[in-house]
Order: sequence, then structure tokens, then C-alpha cells
Amino acid sequence: MTTLELPVLRDILRECAGEDDAAGLQGDILDVPFSDLGYDSLALLETASVIQRRFGARLADDAVTRAETPRALLDLTNETLAGTS
Amino acid sequence: MTRRAVITGIGVLAPSANGTKSFWDLLVSGQTATRRISFFDPTPFRSQVAAECDFDPLRAGLSHQQSRRMDRAAQFAVVSARESLADSGLDLERTDPTRRGVVIGSAVGCTMSLEREYVVVSDGGARWLVDESHAVPHLFDYLVPSAIAREVAWEVGAEGPVSLVSTGCTSGLDAVGRAAELVVEGSADVMVCGATDAPISPITVACFDAIKATTPRNDDPATASRPFDRTRNGFVLGEGSAVFVLEELEHARRRGAHLYAEVAGFASRANAHHMTGLRPDGVEMAEAIRVALARARSAPTEVDYVNAHGSGTKQNDRHETAAVKRSLGRHAYDTPVSSIKSMIGHSLGAIGSLEIAACALAMENGVVPPTANLREPDPECDLDYVPLRARERRVDTVLSVGSGFGGFQSAMVLRRPGRGAA
Amino acid sequence: MTAALITGLGVVSPAGLDRETHWAETLAGRCVIGPITRFDASGYSSRLAGEVPAFEAREHLPGRLIPQTDRMTQLALLVADAALADREVDVAAMGEFGVGVVTASSAGGFEFGHRELEKLWSRGPEHVSAYQSFAWFYAVNTGQISIRHGTRGPSGVLVTEQAGGLDVLGQARRQVRDELPMMISGGVDGWLCPWGWVAHQASGHLSRRTDPRSAYLPFSVDAAGYVPGEGGALFVVESAESARSRGARPRYGVIAGYAATFDPPPGSGREPSLRRAIEAALDDARIAPTDVDVVFADAVGLPELDAAEARALAAVFGPYGVPVTAPKTMTGRLGAGGAALDVANALLSIRDGVLPPTVNVSEPAPVHELDLVRVTREARVRTALVLARGHGGFNSALVVTA
Repeated sequence: MTTLELPVLRDILRECAGEDDAAGLQGDILDVPFSDLGYDSLALLETASVIQRRFGARLADDAVTRAETPRALLDLTNETLAGTS
Repeated sequence: MTRRAVITGIGVLAPSANGTKSFWDLLVSGQTATRRISFFDPTPFRSQVAAECDFDPLRAGLSHQQSRRMDRAAQFAVVSARESLADSGLDLERTDPTRRGVVIGSAVGCTMSLEREYVVVSDGGARWLVDESHAVPHLFDYLVPSAIAREVAWEVGAEGPVSLVSTGCTSGLDAVGRAAELVVEGSADVMVCGATDAPISPITVACFDAIKATTPRNDDPATASRPFDRTRNGFVLGEGSAVFVLEELEHARRRGAHLYAEVAGFASRANAHHMTGLRPDGVEMAEAIRVALARARSAPTEVDYVNAHGSGTKQNDRHETAAVKRSLGRHAYDTPVSSIKSMIGHSLGAIGSLEIAACALAMENGVVPPTANLREPDPECDLDYVPLRARERRVDTVLSVGSGFGGFQSAMVLRRPGRGAA
Repeated sequence: MTAALITGLGVVSPAGLDRETHWAETLAGRCVIGPITRFDASGYSSRLAGEVPAFEAREHLPGRLIPQTDRMTQLALLVADAALADREVDVAAMGEFGVGVVTASSAGGFEFGHRELEKLWSRGPEHVSAYQSFAWFYAVNTGQISIRHGTRGPSGVLVTEQAGGLDVLGQARRQVRDELPMMISGGVDGWLCPWGWVAHQASGHLSRRTDPRSAYLPFSVDAAGYVPGEGGALFVVESAESARSRGARPRYGVIAGYAATFDPPPGSGREPSLRRAIEAALDDARIAPTDVDVVFADAVGLPELDAAEARALAAVFGPYGVPVTAPKTMTGRLGAGGAALDVANALLSIRDGVLPPTVNVSEPAPVHELDLVRVTREARVRTALVLARGHGGFNSALVVTA
């Protein structure tokens, strides 16, 4: 089964929302809030939309809004893909 | 002597309302005009609800040539301009065309025609290098939407200042505000002004889907627009236009014109925050309100009615409620505040002018239109939103506010002519 | 009434990514029109444009802004940065709501829109970007500039095609007279993508010639349309009081007069309204035609419209009555950005005492009776008149003085 891992999420974030020059996406960012990484709600909607298309995961709107860190978004995606969410 | 700008004619095209009278009847009835999208198959879209106009350009009096040439938004504007002129009784032959101008607001211009023609020249999106041999002659008019203002200028024979204002969802307020400035400063005696939008097209529906700004309440289109209600979950896309004859007060008096309302104060501010997001405190909208009231020389306590932006998104409703409280103080709680978007949806740039029409008619008829579908108030929105039913009330001073993508915040004060400080 | 000074100036044009490069190329009379490189235009009837030189947006703008902006907006942000840095404006020090933005647009972020239309129609609605809702619309430059620089004063956007670049300066002056210390104003425009190109071609006004030296020849005996381009200019417009209180920095000039008119409907038999716009702008500036040192012409390059402009100029200034120039023969017409760029050219003419040339026009039509500046000319310039006409009948005239 396909799962979404951090390196791919990094690429998707860069591609569809750019990279904040100050914060950056390198290093251990799993638990860094998206807001600290420079991503707003719009950037997350764009990111979630790409994840949904590429992985065929149907993420609920409010669940995406609640995913405040890369770890939470990865968990949400992978749980959805595994059919447990 | 200070020049003043007064509305002497109104023309409206709105969902379920072809003309000013039916528009007002709809608002007073509290009925809604939102329905499942019929212009195209909305099944693939997240939001499948809209407030559509039942509009036939030929039956509305446009020629075949005009119908072919103009985008739907331009057709709306020209038809509304005609109604407005007729209503004002202004005789074009007996007034100077060089003292007559036009300002039309539109958020998305001729998007509907652009998308239709794009599908043709791209072979349904298949070719990036679109095919010039299938391009219609009026494509450039769709590309640059100042063509809408040109059509209105031709219609009303305007040879003074003509422009299109495009500040997203505040375009309709900003266009009339600009027109009033031109009248007051003396650049024109008559401004035909207002706004139009016809955005119910797949690309517009898809772009609001993508940011989840529009409601997904597809199972109940008639109650889908629920400003200030706890259960609201996004706005309903609408379309339409409202166009006014705005005239210098003495010019209007000399010819014995009917005076609906004076555009007494206008101001806009920017939130400099986010292209689509709002700060919850409403500081910039409150500042726009404060300045508009100051220009009208009206005290906050004189406001008899607030026509809200009331789009039906959680962030807007709370932002706006905070702004009204911040600017009107205690008086905010004693003032009816309502959103006609609950009935006719959110027609982007056009709505600001449709709301000005509603304000002028509220003053005229002594009735405040309701907020339809407001059955479970959001506890964080604690003003008097005139739920469900219109209310009789003498209205001498009205505040209308708007908020738009790009951070635009605008406020306009309309006043019964002959009232207030000169 | 306070004077509206222009105290900052940023430029991006086909001739350069900054003001001084643009100006040096312009005075050198270098035509930078060339074959379109941004897409394959070989199959189209018109194939020349004035393209802004390659630039790497990432070097100038935060990474977060790149995916959400059209190229036109990226250029506008670059220019806004330059205009504010020019005289070291500190927006925060101008008061909470002390600075506003009003820009002119023609077609919004059209290339961005083209890509999203393609995604929608070839792949489906779920492929449309979350940024589409604002990256295409006409208000995008004003909104993004306001956010980037934290300006919270009155914001505006006007669309009157070419004329917009002057109309927004008229609006900025109005705001400054209305007690606002400062406005950022002007236009940066461009829609160089296949869909924008085909839509523009439909006007029938684009030159179909393929030699850059003979494609765009306004006021010429063989004028055959114009060449479009991208770019523009943004200005810091400031009240005299504000400029004084910030400390005496040299100004570029003063917005001394402005007027806008509209042509009567086709077939009415009435005279076009450009002459009236010129006269009203001169009246507004309280100057006589003899005070004008140079006219930056609209110069569409279509015989009938050129003749109308020449007639208006002759009526106001007399035959050969004033030097007339069209440096846009080097860059092409940049939509609303073009009129703003002409204002920049006019201000730099005042600064340097020199008139930029109208290139490639070897045979001006004698019937126009114009003193066309065809080689760079030294001149004392205290007052310049800039003209712009927007497609469909919009006429605007702006007077800048030293």
C-alpha cells in the first residue's frame, strides 16, 4: 500500500506553496507547526489538494484545517489511505 | 458651495428579479433565489449551488449585435443602465455629454465569455498553443474588461471620465464611491455608475471550490446562503448588476428629479494581511466606517441601518461583526444589520452596488430587508441581524460595508437627501 | 490644496529590469522589440513583442510568493520594492493608514489564468489551484503590494486599458490632496501567453510584420499596427507636507494636471475627445500650451488613430508646435504599464534635460505636422504632457512638471 512520507511531503510543499527563505523545510520539521514554517491555510489547501490527487486520498475539509504540523498531515493522509479514518 | 452627489435613478438585475421593483419585492418577501446551478452540469464541483438570473438579452431589449458582442456582465450593465436612466427621467439630449461620465465596477469582468471562447480555441483544453483561426472578433474586449464601461458609456452617451473599477468584492461600493468623488470635485455633473458581474462559470466555481469559500450545501440550495447563522459554511455565488444615475444635487433639483439618497461619505482601507484571509478584529473595516461617517459628518449614533457584507463565511461574519461594534460602539446593538446575500447570493463585484440599491430602497420604503435563513444565530455574532422577516423602520442614514479578496475594506454612508450638515 | 509630488520611481521594461538600465537603453535609442520567446508564436499572425529580460523571481521575492503569483505580479512586486527603496520610504513611519496603493491592470494575471483554465478543462475542477481565486483577478497587484509593504490606506484598481496608467495617478493625486501622506501608484502589465496573445490579436490592431525595425511605426506613412509588450512603472506619490517632513530629498516631479474623457460612440459624427482631455489637463495644471516642453504621445501606430492624435495635438499646439516623442517604439505598448512607463520617461527627461527618441520611424507622414523627436535631443524640460488612449475610446492626459 502507498503511504505518504516526509520527503515527498516536502517536495509537494515546495512545489505548490514555495519555501519560506527564513524557515526552510530542511531538518526535523515533523512537529513544527505549519504556521512557523510559513504556510498559511491557503498553502495547506493547495498542498492537500495535490495529495488528494496524487494519492487518491479523500481528505475531509475540516480535518485538513486541523492538521497543524507535517506529522499530523502525514498521519491524516496515511490513515485515510489505510481506510482507518 | 459644496457639491453633493445624489442618486436619482436605479436599475437592477438580480437573481429572480429583472428590474428594481421585483428586486425590492424579493428582498422584502425574504424569499431566496439560490438554486442548483443550471448553466452547466455542476456534478463534478464541490459547490453546486448559485443564485442565477433568468435573463434573456433579446427580451431585455438588447439588439442581436449587442447580444453577440457583449459578455453577459456587460449585457447586465447596459440593461440596468437603461432602467436607471429611464427611472431618473434624465434627458440625454438636453444635458451635456462632456459633463457625463461612467464608472462600472466588476470583479471578474468578462470571465464567462473568456472561458467559453477558451474552450473553443483550445479544443477543450487540449492545446496550450490555442488556435487563432477560431478566435471571435470581440475577444480583446473580453480580455480587457474596460469594454464593459465602454458599452455603458455608449449607451448613455458619456464623453466625460469613464472607467472600470476592479477591486474584487468591494468593486460595487468602490465604483459608486469613485463616481461620487468625481461629481463632488466637479469633474462631472452626472455619473452613471454601479457594478456588474456574471461569474457563474466553471472556472470561477472551481477556484472558489479550491479554497472552500463557497458552500457545499448542495442538498438544500434554497437555504444554502446563511449569513450569521451557526450552520453557515460558505457563500453562494451569485450574479447581477445595479446601475445608478448619480447626479450633482443642484443639477438634479433644477430638473425636479426624484432624489433617492445622497452618497454622503465613502472610504476604503486595506488589511495588508492576506489575499483571502481576514484578521478577526476588523480594524481596517472599522477605520473605513469611521472615515466614511466623518466625511458624511454623521455621528455613529445616527446610523439607522447597516447593510452588511454578510457573505456567510465564518471568518467574514465574525470580522464584520467586530468591525461594526468597533466603529459604532454601543449603538451597534441598537441598529439592524442585515445581509441580502442570504437571498440573492454573492455576486462578487456587483453585490456592493446591489446592496447600495437595497439601501436606497430601504430609505425610500421605510423597510429594512431581512437576513433570510437565519434560524440558529452564531453566538459569536450577537447583533440584530433582522432574521427572516423584513422590518418597518424609518431609515435616514444607512451604512453599507464590503470586504474583498486582496484585503479591500470599504464603507459607504447614504443619507436621505436634505438631511445632515451641508 | 497640497501638491502631489512624485518622490520615488521604479521601472521594469523590455529595456531593463531597473530604472537606470531602462533609461540608458532608451536614450541610446535601442529597439528591444523582438520575436516572442516565451511560447512558440511561429503559428500566429503576429510574432513580435517587447519581453522583459529573463529574471529569476526567486532572487527578488520570498519563495512563498512564487507559486501564487503570475509573472506580471512578480514584476510589479519587483518594481514596488524599487520605487519604495528609491527614496528610502519607511511605510510604518507614515502612520497606520498613511499609505495606499492604486494600480492599473488590463487583463490581470492572465498567464496564470491560462494554465488554470487548461487544468480545469483537460483534467477537471479538482486540479484548479487554490491561488487561482486571486492570481488572475485584476486587483492582484494592488493586493500583493499592499500585503508585502504593509500599506493599509485606501486601495484601488482601475481598468481602462492603456489609459489606466494615467488614471491611477489622477486617483493617487486625489487621495494625496485628500490628506493622505502617500500613495504607491502606476501600472505593471503583461499577458504574454498563447491565450492572451490570441485574444489580443483579435483586436486587429497588432502589427503582422516580422522585422522588429519596421513593425511598429506610429505617425509613419506606413504605420501598420503596434507591437505589444510587458512591464511598466510604479511611483511613490506624496504630499508636499509629507515629503518636507521626511527631509528634503530631490523629487522627480509634480503631478500638475490630469483629465480623462471618452470618445463619442462610433458613427455619431462627433469629434473624438482626446483634444478635450489635453485642454482640460493643461487647464487643471494652470498652464498654457506654450509651457509644454514635450509630449509623450499615445502613438498607437494605426493610421486613423494616429491621425486623430496628430489632429488633437495640432489643434492645441499648432503645427509642429511642440516636440512629440514615442519611446514605446523601442519597447512596444505595455498596456496600462505603458502609460506609466511614459510618465517615468517624462520624469527622467525632466531630471536629465533630454528627450528620448521615437525610433524606426524614418518617414513621418507629413500630413500629421508633428515635430517628432527621432534622435535623442538635449532640451530643458520643465513640463511634460503624457497621453494615453485605452481601447474603445478612453482618453487620458497627465501633466508633470519639474
